[in-house]
Amino acid sequence: MPYQEIKLYQTGTFVAGNRLLEPEQRSVQARTGRSNSITSGHRACRGCGEALGARYVLDAAMRATGGKVVAVNSTGCLEVFSTPYPESSWQLPWLHSLFGNGPAVAAGVAAALRARGRDDIRVVGQAGDGGTVDIGFGTLSGMFERNDDVLFVCYDNEGYMNTGVQRSGATPPAAITANTKALGQTPGNAFGQGKSVPLIAMAHEIPYVATATVAELRDLEYKVEKAMTFRGARYLHVFVPCPLGWGADSADTVRLARLSKETGLFPVFEAEAGEVTEVSRIRRQVPVEEYLRPQRRYAHLFGDHPRPDIVARLQARADRNIARFGLLPEGDE
Amino acid sequence: MRSQVEGSQAVARAVTLCRPQVIAAYPISPQTHIVESLSDRVRTGELAGCEYLMVESEFGAMSACIGASGAGARAYTATSSQGLLFMAEALFNASGLGLPVVMTVANRAIGAPINIWNDHSDAMAMRDSGWIQLYAESNQEAVDLHVQAFRLAESLSVPVMVCMDGFVLTHAFEEVDLPTQEQVDAFLPPLVPRQLLDPDEPVTIGAMVGPEAFAEVKYLMHVKQMAALDEIPVIAREFEAAFGRSSGGLLRPYRLEDAETVVVALGSVLGTIQDVVDAMRDDGVSVGALGIGCFRPWPVGEVREALQNANRVVVVEKAFAVGAGGIVGQNVRDATRRQPVEVYDVVAGLGGRPITRASLRALLDDVLGGRVDPGRLHFMDLDLELVQRELERSRHGERPGPHAENMLRDLGTVASGAYE
Repeated sequence: MPYQEIKLYQTGTFVAGNRLLEPEQRSVQARTGRSNSITSGHRACRGCGEALGARYVLDAAMRATGGKVVAVNSTGCLEVFSTPYPESSWQLPWLHSLFGNGPAVAAGVAAALRARGRDDIRVVGQAGDGGTVDIGFGTLSGMFERNDDVLFVCYDNEGYMNTGVQRSGATPPAAITANTKALGQTPGNAFGQGKSVPLIAMAHEIPYVATATVAELRDLEYKVEKAMTFRGARYLHVFVPCPLGWGADSADTVRLARLSKETGLFPVFEAEAGEVTEVSRIRRQVPVEEYLRPQRRYAHLFGDHPRPDIVARLQARADRNIARFGLLPEGDE
Repeated sequence: MRSQVEGSQAVARAVTLCRPQVIAAYPISPQTHIVESLSDRVRTGELAGCEYLMVESEFGAMSACIGASGAGARAYTATSSQGLLFMAEALFNASGLGLPVVMTVANRAIGAPINIWNDHSDAMAMRDSGWIQLYAESNQEAVDLHVQAFRLAESLSVPVMVCMDGFVLTHAFEEVDLPTQEQVDAFLPPLVPRQLLDPDEPVTIGAMVGPEAFAEVKYLMHVKQMAALDEIPVIAREFEAAFGRSSGGLLRPYRLEDAETVVVALGSVLGTIQDVVDAMRDDGVSVGALGIGCFRPWPVGEVREALQNANRVVVVEKAFAVGAGGIVGQNVRDATRRQPVEVYDVVAGLGGRPITRASLRALLDDVLGGRVDPGRLHFMDLDLELVQRELERSRHGERPGPHAENMLRDLGTVASGAYE
C-alpha cells in the first residue's frame, strides 16, 4: 500500500490530536492500514453524520477483528447512498435485505458462521433510527433477547431522512419534520412520545450497550473495539446529525453532535449486562438553545413568535438526563 | 425404513436427513409439530452442526434464513397461514436475492375470520413471490419433496416451498418410508453457495438497482423458474432411481388417457378425487384426474398436453381470488386457451370444510348434466341460505353487526358442538 501522508493537528476541542499520542494509541482512521470499509465516491450528502459514523465504526470493527467482518444493512440512507447500481462503496462483505429485518438477518449470518465453524468472522448490523427503533424494533429485541453474536449499530439522525424527513420514534419533541410541521397549538413533534432504545437494550441485559456521537470519534472507535471484545448481542447507538433533515449547515455536523452531548440532550454512556458502567461527562455545559438555534427544525421556537416555554421544556429534558446519568463534571453535581 | 409416523415427524426427520445448518422458526398451528421435532433433533444431536434460532416472528424467521443463506449455510424454516403472510416481504426478498432457502408450508386458511384449518389461501396468496411451490399429495410425498426441494433450490439458487395440507397431512399418522442418511447424502451434496459473504472475497449483496437493470434482474428470476420446469422432472427421475419410488415431478396424471372430463387439483384432496374417478369409471363415465405437483413455476405446456383430449376440466381448488374467481382455474384456462374445452372453477374445502366423495360425485354429475355454468365461479357445498339470511339481516337496522358472528349465531353451532 502506498504511503499516505496524514496531517495531524489539534482539533480545537478538548480532544487530543493524534500527534500527541503514541502510534499504538492513535485512531484507526489515522493509520495508513485502515480498511476504508466504506470507501469514497458514495452519494451521501455533504456533511452527512451517518457516513462519518459508519466509516469510523466499520474501520474500527475491521481493525478489531483483523479484517473479518460481515456487515448487514437495513434499508435507509446508508444503504441507498452506498450502493447505486452498479457501484458499491463497500469493501467488506455486505448484505442488505429489507428495512425492518436487519437484526434478524444479522442473527442469521451469525448463526451460519457458527454452524460453518467460522465464528472468527464477526457480524455488524447497521440501520438508521427508523430501521432500529421503529420498523426493525421487533427483530432487534429478538436479537437482543436471544443474545445473538451481533454488534448492532443505530445511526440516529432522529427521523426518516431517506424518505423525505418524516418523524420517527427517535425524533425529539418540538422538532419539525415533514409530518410534524409547525402547525397548530403544539408546533413540531409532540412531547411525551419517543423512546430510548439504549435503555431498552439495557433492559435486555445484553453484554454491552453504548452511546456515542460523531463529535468524539476516538470514543466511537474505542466503543466499537470494546464491543468486539464481547460475544453475544451488543448495541451501539451513534448520534449522527443530518444537515438535510435538520436544516443545519453541512459544516456544523460535528459541532451539533458535540452540543447534543454538552447540553445533556444526548447522554453518552456505556453499560454492561444492564448496568451503566461509564458516562462521558459534559466538559462545558451549554444551554439547549445553543444546540437548537443552528437548526431550522427548531426555527419556530425562535422566530417572530418565540416559544421560550417549549425551549424550557427541552432544557428540562436535558436537565433530567444530566441528573439521571450524572453527566456533569465531578464536583459540579 | 417403513414406519407408522405423524406427517410432521416424518417431515422433521426428512429435513434432518438433509442436514440444514440453520433453522429459524416461529410456531404457528399446524406447523408446530415440525419445528418442535426439529428442535428436539438439534438438542439431542441427531441433527448435528445446526443452529436453531427461535425467532420473534415469521418475518424474523425468513429474515434469519436470508442472512444464513447469504453466509453460506443451508437454511430452513416452516410456517403456515398468517405466518406466511407475515413473511411476505421477506419472501420476495429471498427470491429476489436468489437464496436457496427451503420452507415447509403447512397449508392453512387466512383470516379473518380466524380459522386454523386447512385450505390453500396462504400459499396461493404468495404464488407470485418468486418461490417455487411444490404441493404434496401424501405424507410420503411430503418427505420425498423435501429431499428434492433442497437439491432443486441449490441447483438453481432459488427458494422452494413445500406445501402440505395442514392437519390433513401434518397431523395424520400414515405409513411412510423414511430414507437413510446414506441415501440422502448420496442424493443431496453439500451446499455450494453461488454467492457468499466472505471477508476474503467481499461482495455487495442487495444493492439498489434502478430502471437501468431492474427488469433484467427480475427477468432472470423468471428464466430460473423456467429452468426449474426442466430441472424438476430430472430430479424426480433421479430420485426414483435412487430411492425406488416415484415422487415429485410437475404433474400427476391419473386415468387421463381417454378422459373426456378431467378434475384438476392440488394436495391431499387428490386421493379422494382418485376414488371418485375410480367409482365413476366403474359406472362407465370417462373421467380422469390431474394433480398439480408444481404450481410455481406453472407448467403451462405440460398442463396443455395433459388436457389435450379433455372436453371438460373441473378445477377443484382450496382458495380463490376474491372478486375475480379461481386461481388455479385461471392458470388452467391459460394453458388450454386454444383448445375446445370448458374450464369450471370450483372452490372447495375452505377453512377445513371436508371435500367428500359424495360432494365431488354430485359436482361431477352436475357438470356432466349441464347444470353448472362454466362462466361462473362455483362453490362446492355452499350454504347459500345462510348467506342470504345474513344479507337480509344486513338490510335492516343501522348496525347489523359482524357477519361471522351473526352467521355463527344463526347456525346455532360451532365445530365443537352447540352454540352457547
